[in-house]
Amino acid sequence: MSTLATDASERLRQIIARAEALYDDLDFKVVKEWKEQGKNRKAIGFLPIYVPREVIHAAGALPVGIMGGADRIEIVRGDSYFQSYICHFPRSVIELAVSGRLDACDGFLFPSICDVVRNLSGMFKMLFEGKWTHYLDLPQNFDNRLGGRFYKNEMRTIAREVGKLTGVEVTDKRLRDSITVFNENRTALRRLVHARRDRPWEIPTIDYYLLLRAAYLLPVEEHTAMVNEYVELSAQAGRPRMDNIRVAVRGAFCEQPPLGLLRTLERAGCYVVDDDFVLGSRFIEQDVDHHGDPWDALADGFMNRSLPTASKYDQRGTKHADFVQRVRDFKADGVIFMAPSFCDPALLDQPMLVKALENAGIPNTSFKYSEDTGQFQVIREQAGTFADALKLWGKA
Amino acid sequence: MKGATAEKDASMQKQKEMIASHFTELARVKDTGKKVVYTFVPGNLTELINHFGMLPVLPEINALQSGMRGKSAEYISIAEKAGHSEDVCTYVKTDIGMLKAGNIGPTGEPLPKPDLLLLSYTGCFTFLKWFELLREEYDCPVIMLHVPYQGEGEITPEMRSYVADQIREVVIPQFEKVSGVKYNEERMREQMRLSVRAEDDLVWVLNSARAKPSPIDSWFGGVYYIGPMFTSFRGTQDAVDYYTMLREEVQERMDAKLGPVTPDGQAKEEKYRLVVEGPPNWTSFREFWRMFADEGAVIVASSYTKVGGLYDRGFRHNPDDPIGSMADYCMGCYTNLNFPQRTEMLERYINEFQADGFLINSVKSCNSFSAGQLLILRELEKRTGRPGGFIESDLVDPRYFSAANIKNRLESYFQMIEAKRKGAKS
Repeated sequence: MSTLATDASERLRQIIARAEALYDDLDFKVVKEWKEQGKNRKAIGFLPIYVPREVIHAAGALPVGIMGGADRIEIVRGDSYFQSYICHFPRSVIELAVSGRLDACDGFLFPSICDVVRNLSGMFKMLFEGKWTHYLDLPQNFDNRLGGRFYKNEMRTIAREVGKLTGVEVTDKRLRDSITVFNENRTALRRLVHARRDRPWEIPTIDYYLLLRAAYLLPVEEHTAMVNEYVELSAQAGRPRMDNIRVAVRGAFCEQPPLGLLRTLERAGCYVVDDDFVLGSRFIEQDVDHHGDPWDALADGFMNRSLPTASKYDQRGTKHADFVQRVRDFKADGVIFMAPSFCDPALLDQPMLVKALENAGIPNTSFKYSEDTGQFQVIREQAGTFADALKLWGKA
Repeated sequence: MKGATAEKDASMQKQKEMIASHFTELARVKDTGKKVVYTFVPGNLTELINHFGMLPVLPEINALQSGMRGKSAEYISIAEKAGHSEDVCTYVKTDIGMLKAGNIGPTGEPLPKPDLLLLSYTGCFTFLKWFELLREEYDCPVIMLHVPYQGEGEITPEMRSYVADQIREVVIPQFEKVSGVKYNEERMREQMRLSVRAEDDLVWVLNSARAKPSPIDSWFGGVYYIGPMFTSFRGTQDAVDYYTMLREEVQERMDAKLGPVTPDGQAKEEKYRLVVEGPPNWTSFREFWRMFADEGAVIVASSYTKVGGLYDRGFRHNPDDPIGSMADYCMGCYTNLNFPQRTEMLERYINEFQADGFLINSVKSCNSFSAGQLLILRELEKRTGRPGGFIESDLVDPRYFSAANIKNRLESYFQMIEAKRKGAKS
């Protein structure tokens, strides 16, 4: 290995070590440190999938993604709030909250995604009276005059309420500036996604995932720099190309897979070239207009240019064709549906997407996980068999 | 006598005729040319559908009827074999399975295909996916009526105008297009006057359970009482007549100090007055009801009978503002309330109906109801001091109805109430 490659590898290792430390930071120390660095700094926790972080940023607060506790937290009290047939995610969110780990957050945003997260918003209101908790009803009517107007009002409510906490008024200029820094972040994430699509051996799934997760804890400017540096160096590290198949993954947009599962997929012979992990970090892939009315621009971004996902109504009825096209654009050999157990949106969506793939002759397989899944042997065998079948016969 | 069929009240007969007539109309659409709308119960726009001379089909009612007719296990199995997960809502799977098995309705004839899917998406995300799935099966337009959730415990002017504007600018024009009928506000006011009359009587009936003994069971019996109001008949003279009749019958029972009619006839003694949160189980409905009736337990108020509107909390359709009140109606349904509102409503029921306790029937299929119910349980015990019970079942999947377990839990729960009473006396 050349010196350049060695240096690059070492720096990449440091970057990922930092990202992994953030991932492991279930006490949100990094958020507390950020708050201590300035006067009256506030942090707003938000749940998957998408909130307009630009608005929180413009109000002078730090948007903090609350993504559950994965397999790194023992659920002591969380289980006593939910029946066995409810997914795992709200258990670990409640566990984080009642154990005081979310105390660094001065408010919470619960975007509309499913009935469980919706009800969780009210549970937070009851359990943590006095903390600002808001249910963000994202529009399912995608007409600018109807859903757009409603959504802009929702965003203004958030701006006003977060502004009350920080003492900062969200002016159009502030919001445009925030859109600009988030556009820089979008550019960096596009580079990351495209690099992984084009050269997946250079960016292991686990690295890619940890970089996405870092977006939910770091100030956006810092995250942008982190991603840009990683992408640049990844091309110099000389990582070997494996005989892996290329897969797209769907279903993991809310409750996140444990890291062990991501490692397992790659070890089983699958490069994940397209996915819906940490989807809110890149929900609007292209830049949002930062010249005109910033509220209109954000509304337009969500309503007309955000990625399709199970909890968003497919108004145009094109999700089958769009999905097949996306799989082809990303040159995936097949699709792995991996949804969390009891995830209504993902599991109800799945039969429709499977049908679309089958009609297009695209191989696919599916399994379920939970954020605290600890046994991966069965998944490894399934993913491995899928990969072998595609390599040998081009179909599963 | 156990298992005997209770004599049907005139109102029950009336409702049966109304439903039969509705399904006959559905069966005849090829001849009559009437258009068919598939839609959901919570936030339904029944007056509007009738206004345009269209006929509603309610997929969740299909599913519950399939459950009661013992068909849901087969339908669920068909859906699961077609790739639907065992984890998801069994209403959806029963409906999908029924569709794949020929979409045979309760009269034995196939239900007509929809001319329109009205996705009035109130209080349940699964509805959204359900109609995306149905859209794959039918070549017809879909209307998405997004009804915002009362996340902050209120209906804001912005929420109201969002829904009203969608009704005005999207729903009505699409209905006009499909039906060929023009919207007539004056005629809608007339319909709403009829709605109000029926709503007043339904509320009177539900409130009759404040009496001791309660002349009605507000959950097992209640699901029949809400039938015409929540399905196809609100805003019709038939509904007004039904509720007038029902009210008179209940008045007679109150005057005679009679309890509710149960699957085995007249209830004998009111030993426990309960408030229930959650839907019932449909696959073993009568067996489930008997578990309560045999113990002298009467449900005096329930949240499930509010999924199609909170009339008892004061809501009425408003002839002076038809579209605005449709918007209020949609947003006011029970599952569209936030958790603090739901908890407060149940607390009021427990106090106002002088309940001995409350029970949660947690159904696997319905996260909208179920997610977080354990917090409601704790909170209500804390606020009211009355004992709470918790049982688990499902809507229409018989695999999740364990009679022995539920009976056991209920018996323990009734013992808890007894112990509490003894403690209060000593």
